[in-house]
Amino acid sequence: MKLLNQSLKYLSLSILAIVTVWSVVFYINMLNEIKSSIDEGLENYKRLIIQNAKIDSSILTKTYFDESFFTLHEIDRETALSMRDRYADTIIYMQDADDKRPEPEPVRMLTTSFKIKDRFYELKVANSMVEEDDLIDQLFWDVIWLYIILIASIIIINNWVLKKLWKPFYAFLQQLKNYRLGSTKKLPEAQTTTKEFKDLQYAVNTLLRHSIAAFDQQKEFIGNASHELQTPLAMVTHKLELLLEKEDLKEEQAEKLVEIFQIVERLVRLNKSLLLLSKIDNKQFFDNQQVAINPLVTQTLAELEEISSFKKVETTVVENGRLNAHIDPILAQVVVSNLLKNAIFHNVENGTVSIGLSDTTLEICNTGKDERLHPEKVFSRFQTSRSKSHGTGLGLAIVKAISDLYGYRVSYAFDGGIHCFTVQFSTGG
Amino acid sequence: MKILVIEDELQLQNSITESLEKENFLIETAADYHTAMEKVFVYDYDCILLDIMLPNGSGLDILKELKKEGKNGNVIIISAKDSLDDKLEGLELGADDYLTKPFHLAELNARVKAILRRKNLNGKNTIEFANTVLDLNERQFYVDGKGVPLNRKEFDILNYFLFNKNRLVTKTAMAEHVWGDNTDQADNLDFMYSQIKNLRKKLQRSQADIEIVSVYGVGYKLVEK
Repeated sequence: MKLLNQSLKYLSLSILAIVTVWSVVFYINMLNEIKSSIDEGLENYKRLIIQNAKIDSSILTKTYFDESFFTLHEIDRETALSMRDRYADTIIYMQDADDKRPEPEPVRMLTTSFKIKDRFYELKVANSMVEEDDLIDQLFWDVIWLYIILIASIIIINNWVLKKLWKPFYAFLQQLKNYRLGSTKKLPEAQTTTKEFKDLQYAVNTLLRHSIAAFDQQKEFIGNASHELQTPLAMVTHKLELLLEKEDLKEEQAEKLVEIFQIVERLVRLNKSLLLLSKIDNKQFFDNQQVAINPLVTQTLAELEEISSFKKVETTVVENGRLNAHIDPILAQVVVSNLLKNAIFHNVENGTVSIGLSDTTLEICNTGKDERLHPEKVFSRFQTSRSKSHGTGLGLAIVKAISDLYGYRVSYAFDGGIHCFTVQFSTGG
Repeated sequence: MKILVIEDELQLQNSITESLEKENFLIETAADYHTAMEKVFVYDYDCILLDIMLPNGSGLDILKELKKEGKNGNVIIISAKDSLDDKLEGLELGADDYLTKPFHLAELNARVKAILRRKNLNGKNTIEFANTVLDLNERQFYVDGKGVPLNRKEFDILNYFLFNKNRLVTKTAMAEHVWGDNTDQADNLDFMYSQIKNLRKKLQRSQADIEIVSVYGVGYKLVEK
């Protein structure tokens, strides 16, 4: 969720709460204000009626509500003396222009008592009041509109302000996304005077400088490791080669020497593969260019032809499309040849290797041991089947590492004695 | 033929020297930058084997100095770094070849001889051994002056053997040289057996006085009968 929408989410929820509470309070206050103003009117009305009653006694006979909205009843002394002014909400049937018959309407009624010529009267004065449900209804819609307008303006303002404020941040982020350790020379820069963004830039760049230092160190370490290991390996190989040239070796000694020699050769291969793998892991290959995979496959197959014919393995290529990939050509070669070698070496006599090429995928299927390999472990390092194989166990791991580097999907399937490895190149380039 | 081996690892230096001396080359050695610089500018060598990582300096700097003096011919860089940048820089500075450690002695022999051969060409480029002649330009093989047809791989194998006359050529070295990097994972190198067998038959039938003998099952040797 974008920052913009995040802030909008919280803002809209809190504004909803605030507006709700505010409208309740507002409603109660307004109602109280209305009532007290009506009550003042009623009080004044009461005084006028009592005044008039003293002059005109005919008023005293008015016992029901009509146009003048008050009633008078004579009461006994005790009741009158115990009575106090009382304001109450009540209902009176009234009819106005849009009513067909009288309808109950809320009114405010003052009940009081007074004395004229030693006689006590009860006075009820009414005044029509605002209808509460109408008020609530009206207020509710007003609040809804207020809310909508608030949210709409917040969206607009937020959009504008945030976009403007966060512009340097997004520009900085874009630079960071494009940043590649070891290949991007310039550190990302935020064009801003905002303190937070400047701090961010400072923190990120400090981190990057550390990473660059570590990366360089690692590169150096790989170089050194290769030097440290390759040189002794070269020494051992050379010594053994010179030793094996000696004519006077006993059969038994020679046998042992040959065994040692083969172990050393395996070490050499292993070291080479490990170096390649660590180079890939460290993303030290980025000479990416457009590579046509089809000719690469045919060419590699031709190079492996003698090995495959020695192993009596028949190879076929079905080209259903032209596969192009944006990849370092050395790594493309490694992927293709490792997969092909894997298919040829882990095969059976008179077996087959069929290679399928489409616009986006390379599929290599081979006959082999009738046993399903673990679909994930098959790509992990040093996973070799318990066969007589003396491979390094890194061939497929290297394929996987390269695929991960470029975001390709590599998968394994087994069906009816056929092992299939598929590389799904991202978009074909 | 005088060869200078610039290599700081003495064990490696010894093996290289021992191997090249078997080919009757005159070998001198240098184990650090300063000795190397001194020897390079005082004497003339037919070929220089140059390690890049040296005590007190870089082999590439020696190469730069050699280039300034116009003496940068016939340098083979031997480096543990299989880095494309180093390789390109080395070749740009005029090195003839770049060999990544660990290499086979047979391969080193072949590279050294190929370079010396290029330098001392007198019009023809042939290797002679017993009653056989291998013409590298025409890619032809002659026994007693009569042509013997060889396929491409057989020619390459014989060529490699002739660069390593009477020397052990391990199967791995042969496979890497003739079949390229694709054999690096080959768990058995028996696939080259049929090529060797055919080559042996052709040598026998054409009555060549050379033969390919097996050495303890680990490799082969081309010898005079």
